[in-house]
Amino acid sequence: MSCECFKGSQWRAGISTDHQSAADLTDRLSGSGSKSPRKPQRQHFDSELVSFTSYHCSLTSAPKMAGVRALGVLSRFTSRRYALYSGATCRTFSVAPAMLARTHVNYEVKGDVAVVRINDPNSKVNTLSVQMQKEMAEVMDEVWANNAVQSAVLISSKPGCFIAGADINMIQGCNNAEEVTTLSKEGQKMFERIEKSPKPIVAAINGSCLGGGLEFAIACQYRIATKSKKTVLGTPEVMLGLLPGAGGTQRLPKMVGLPNAFDMMLTGRNIRADKAKKMGLVHQLVDPLGPGLKSPEERTMDYLEEVAIEYARGIVSKKIPIHKVKGSMEKIQDYVMSFGLVRNQIYNTVQSKVMKQSKGLYPAPLKIIECVKAGVEQGPVAGYLAESQNFGQLAKTSESAALIGLYQGQVACKKNRFGTPQREVKTLAILGAGLMGAGIAQVTVDKGVHTVLKDTTVSGLARGEQQVYKGLNDKTKKKNITSFQRDSILSNLTGQLDYSNFAKADMVIEAVFEDINIKHAVLKEVEAVVSPHCIFATNTSALPIKDIAAASKRPDKVIGMHYFSPVDKMQLLEIITTDKTSKDTTASAVAVGLKQGKVIIVVRDGPGFYTTRCLAPMLAEAVRVLQEGVDPKKLDALTTSFGFPVGAATLADEVGIDVAAHVAEDLGKAFGSRFGGGNVEVLKTMVDLGFKGRKSGKGCYIYQPGLKTKEVNPDIVDIGQSSDQDSPCYRLVSRFVNEAVLCLQEGILINPLEGDIGAVFGLGFPPCLGGPFRFVDSFGADKLVEKMRQYEAVYGNQFTPCQLLLDHAKDSTKRFHM
Amino acid sequence: MASMLLNTMRAGSVSPSWAVRLGARSLSTTAQLHAQVQTKSKKTLSRPGVKNIVLVEGVRTPFLLSGTTYADLMPHDLARAALQGLLQRTGLSKDAVDYIIYGTVIQEVKTSNVAREASLGAGFSDKIPSHTVTMACISSNVAMTSAVGLIAAGQCDSVVAGGVEFMSDVPIRHSRKMRKTMLSLNKAKTLGQRLSLIGSIRMAHLSPELPAVAEFSTAESMGHSADRLAAAFGVSRVEQDEFALRSHTLAKSAQDAGLLKDVISFKVPGRDIVSKDNGIRPSSMEQMGRLKAAFIKPHGTVTAANSSFLTDGASAVLVMSEEKALAMGYKPKAYLRDFVYVSQDPKDQLLLGPTYGTPKVLERAGLAMSDIDVFEFHEAFAVSSLTSDGKETVQAFAFLGDCVLLICLVILRCVFVFQGQIMANLKAMDSDWFGQTYLGRKSKVGAPPMEKFNLWGGSLSLGHPFGATGCRLVTTVAHRLQKEGGQYGLVAACAAGGQGHAMVIEAYPQ
Repeated sequence: MSCECFKGSQWRAGISTDHQSAADLTDRLSGSGSKSPRKPQRQHFDSELVSFTSYHCSLTSAPKMAGVRALGVLSRFTSRRYALYSGATCRTFSVAPAMLARTHVNYEVKGDVAVVRINDPNSKVNTLSVQMQKEMAEVMDEVWANNAVQSAVLISSKPGCFIAGADINMIQGCNNAEEVTTLSKEGQKMFERIEKSPKPIVAAINGSCLGGGLEFAIACQYRIATKSKKTVLGTPEVMLGLLPGAGGTQRLPKMVGLPNAFDMMLTGRNIRADKAKKMGLVHQLVDPLGPGLKSPEERTMDYLEEVAIEYARGIVSKKIPIHKVKGSMEKIQDYVMSFGLVRNQIYNTVQSKVMKQSKGLYPAPLKIIECVKAGVEQGPVAGYLAESQNFGQLAKTSESAALIGLYQGQVACKKNRFGTPQREVKTLAILGAGLMGAGIAQVTVDKGVHTVLKDTTVSGLARGEQQVYKGLNDKTKKKNITSFQRDSILSNLTGQLDYSNFAKADMVIEAVFEDINIKHAVLKEVEAVVSPHCIFATNTSALPIKDIAAASKRPDKVIGMHYFSPVDKMQLLEIITTDKTSKDTTASAVAVGLKQGKVIIVVRDGPGFYTTRCLAPMLAEAVRVLQEGVDPKKLDALTTSFGFPVGAATLADEVGIDVAAHVAEDLGKAFGSRFGGGNVEVLKTMVDLGFKGRKSGKGCYIYQPGLKTKEVNPDIVDIGQSSDQDSPCYRLVSRFVNEAVLCLQEGILINPLEGDIGAVFGLGFPPCLGGPFRFVDSFGADKLVEKMRQYEAVYGNQFTPCQLLLDHAKDSTKRFHM
Repeated sequence: MASMLLNTMRAGSVSPSWAVRLGARSLSTTAQLHAQVQTKSKKTLSRPGVKNIVLVEGVRTPFLLSGTTYADLMPHDLARAALQGLLQRTGLSKDAVDYIIYGTVIQEVKTSNVAREASLGAGFSDKIPSHTVTMACISSNVAMTSAVGLIAAGQCDSVVAGGVEFMSDVPIRHSRKMRKTMLSLNKAKTLGQRLSLIGSIRMAHLSPELPAVAEFSTAESMGHSADRLAAAFGVSRVEQDEFALRSHTLAKSAQDAGLLKDVISFKVPGRDIVSKDNGIRPSSMEQMGRLKAAFIKPHGTVTAANSSFLTDGASAVLVMSEEKALAMGYKPKAYLRDFVYVSQDPKDQLLLGPTYGTPKVLERAGLAMSDIDVFEFHEAFAVSSLTSDGKETVQAFAFLGDCVLLICLVILRCVFVFQGQIMANLKAMDSDWFGQTYLGRKSKVGAPPMEKFNLWGGSLSLGHPFGATGCRLVTTVAHRLQKEGGQYGLVAACAAGGQGHAMVIEAYPQ
């Protein structure tokens, strides 16, 4: 199978694993054990954050500063101005023309309830942009001034999105930390006014309610959410190296308790509506409706609004209590939390877990703890101050810039720049039901694509089908899908040993053994049975696509699709095009990948393409480091403290020593001594000894089933002799980075952005560095070249910087990312 | 008018108390019905080459609230009573039918082919084969249409179809773990093996497994779905309560007027003779308004009062080819004409069967909505009748809610069909948007006029023994056609699983 079998190399492991710590803590404190199913941390990042961004940067960034100031002015004056009018006149005179002028926020008075509607006309999602905030302040002032209005309902006009967060461009556009702090203070002020509103405000939430959106909602007096799958609440700021900067760090702990608040803010995870209700984050739930007198989406929104209005009236008439009656567990928890000692223990535990898992490389989680602590221990004034100041500081850190860059890159890599393919892939056939093949089936079959899984043996097929079933069944156990959905999804999967259904296939992805002869054989077999339009995609990690395509009668239909194992967890898909691959074939492959939920980079053909080619020299260097006598554990510790989610020795084991040896040999032939480093013979010896990595139970470590801890393989220590060394991290990283830059120089990579995304999402390059290209920018090409020259003197040409890197070193104005 | 009177007299001749009924009927005949009778000159739906199949007679046991007089019976006892009633009413000889089919939903494990046990117990010849069918709330419709199929295909000439549901007792099983242990225990050979198996039993093994509380495919209870459906179609609480009140009021007057002549008297072993449905309790809007939402709390609109209640009951009809019926000297009540089964998304359109079925069956029959004189839609049921006073119900519910372990509540919830559902169907049929988007029509189906709709009450007030309701609907249409002088009637019903049924019934010429 393909070589990237390592798991857990998600780029945001540093932050996301905090989730574990905080969740553990929550469990311990609330005594609930570990019953609550935890979502796999990686996979939901994309869905939550796609909506977190704003796509309308050009619109909001221009009038930004002026807008922010205007907001402050308005919020101070408007309420007094409107108070002069009586309710009725106010409506007649001020509302009508204002409604025409306003584009983002509008309101309508239904009886005694003002229904405030949010809708950003320029985007699929609502963000708290300058314009939005300004209009919101205006509208709220009118609502407060209107005597006919007793209460308000806050609702979005977009069915899939309440408010997806603050406008990132607004934050990025600030020149210094002070400006961001001001921004945060304005937000705090606005939400404070919402919180202290004399007329109850009910937030009616359908769709994503994230970041600033959630902070807005929790400032309201009452929250009603739909039980729709799209409805998620969360504070994903930490994933962008930020913190909830508009009162979130202050209000959340009060609302859901310290442990839950830390869990939410430190992991940034999404909370579904039912969980939110249990946590006390929302008061009521509303069911999404099916088709009725209108489309389900429209009618659900109407219904939500109707129910919210009902509650708003109920709150005014005191029929509906705003504060939930606390259960005995909550009372006990509150009591326990009233001891400073207990709280301190929590801060310390959370802090140490964060430090352990982020290695101190990510400042945001630590700042979040600081802000919460300030608010709880020193009161709101200190808390809000700490929040706004830390927010300002964080926004200007390189880590935040790197994470935001990755996020934006990820969004960019979720688009098909090759256009819409002529044919939609409705039937996808996969050759080989191994870990890879079945993994590809797993991410395809639940997207409504008829998936054919072919293997050569019954046992192989059974294993593969079981893998697909297990993946779905695990989702059922976590209640992400019902058992019925699982069954109906599985009905789209056909397992077989022959080519019988291949005539219907629109695309065939082969995931057979990495051997050019086998690849040629299946290519010919497939071409004999498929229809003329069918695309042949090959899932290889190192074999050049053009060599595989050489056996094809129609090389324009041949393309490389390099998945990473485990396919259902790893977000990256590397698509490799040859000179002969047609544009429509590429468009189709990208479309399939996007459907599978992948982040896609499209690279040109060459030995090792992009990802494998960058990884190989790094692993070669890791082997050399091991040979020099560095203990695998030490190497792992060093690399993880540099920011790699998975240590280099573990990575080698996960990839498979045999695969590494294979690739090292192949690429060594193609690229010569630059790919040297550790002696390939060492790898081969290890393979001969049966040390193939995790899959054989022994590699750099010894793996025992059921045991999480792993011991260093004692035999491996004999491979090298002991010597004292500096941190070898820069040796590993500089070779990685140099190869990446060389890929750009040679045109394998189209742009640095895809290079960063590929390295972080596929290979676990430290997310806090933002990828190899951003690393060069922030570290300084000149400094890197200087380091490499030193290594070159000791180790030879493997450290010779490439031309593009030298160019950048010479001219400090040259940057990969602007 | 003359023909109508004649008709009633004929029909009445079967009944022992025909004179009383005749009086009642004359009184209830309205001016509007006269008008209808006069304008009737519709073609028959008889088609060359297609056998005319007739409903000879239809009877049912009184429908009783679960846990009342029938409490100690078994399902086949009820079915037996209905079959015996049919024999008595028709004077049919016990070997004169070719086949017996029964519909049921919640099966008693001991009598899984309840049709066979009931027919043997009712004294039918043991040479008559019988089978049981299930299709949720339209199970007995399936029984009837299966009979129609057998006759149309020439395999049979006369078939008894029916349905039975007994909710006073439902199968509650051991947990799967416990069952597994017990089954292994059977196979255990040594004492040691047995002891170790017994030793493996934990507390968790002992919790019982209740009958499904929700739609299997969506894990949503029907009440929940009905509430969402009501919201989707903007059916308000008041509308639902008004409809419930209408159903109970109409049922009450029909009962008082003796119109429900399909009901037979049944001497319950160890108890009194039962001869009336006991769930009809007209309440007031105020009383109903006091109830809290039963499923979607607290802002839902489906309450105990506007949903149907758990019912025990059985029904039976005699279906024959027209020649056979005439040859045996029967005067048929109606022709069973076109019918359709439909199915939709079990999540969001769970209860919209009538909306889909009605236009389809009308199209098949070549009729327009305006051609139909009698509508009988399955309207499902209400918990309120557990007690006559809404207030008490609330208390009962609060009590039940507190005792979470009370199995009955869980079971109660599993099977209600609702009345918000019927309003939603009416609104769906009246919506252009729905017609265009979901039914693929140019415009709306059109809602049935209320003056022709469920005039003798419905499942909501009379009760809804799932498996038995279909026969009640068809028999009621036949009786109403005779009584009101119409020519065509339409039966429509929804069922769990997102399915539905509709059938056109034509009056037998007088």
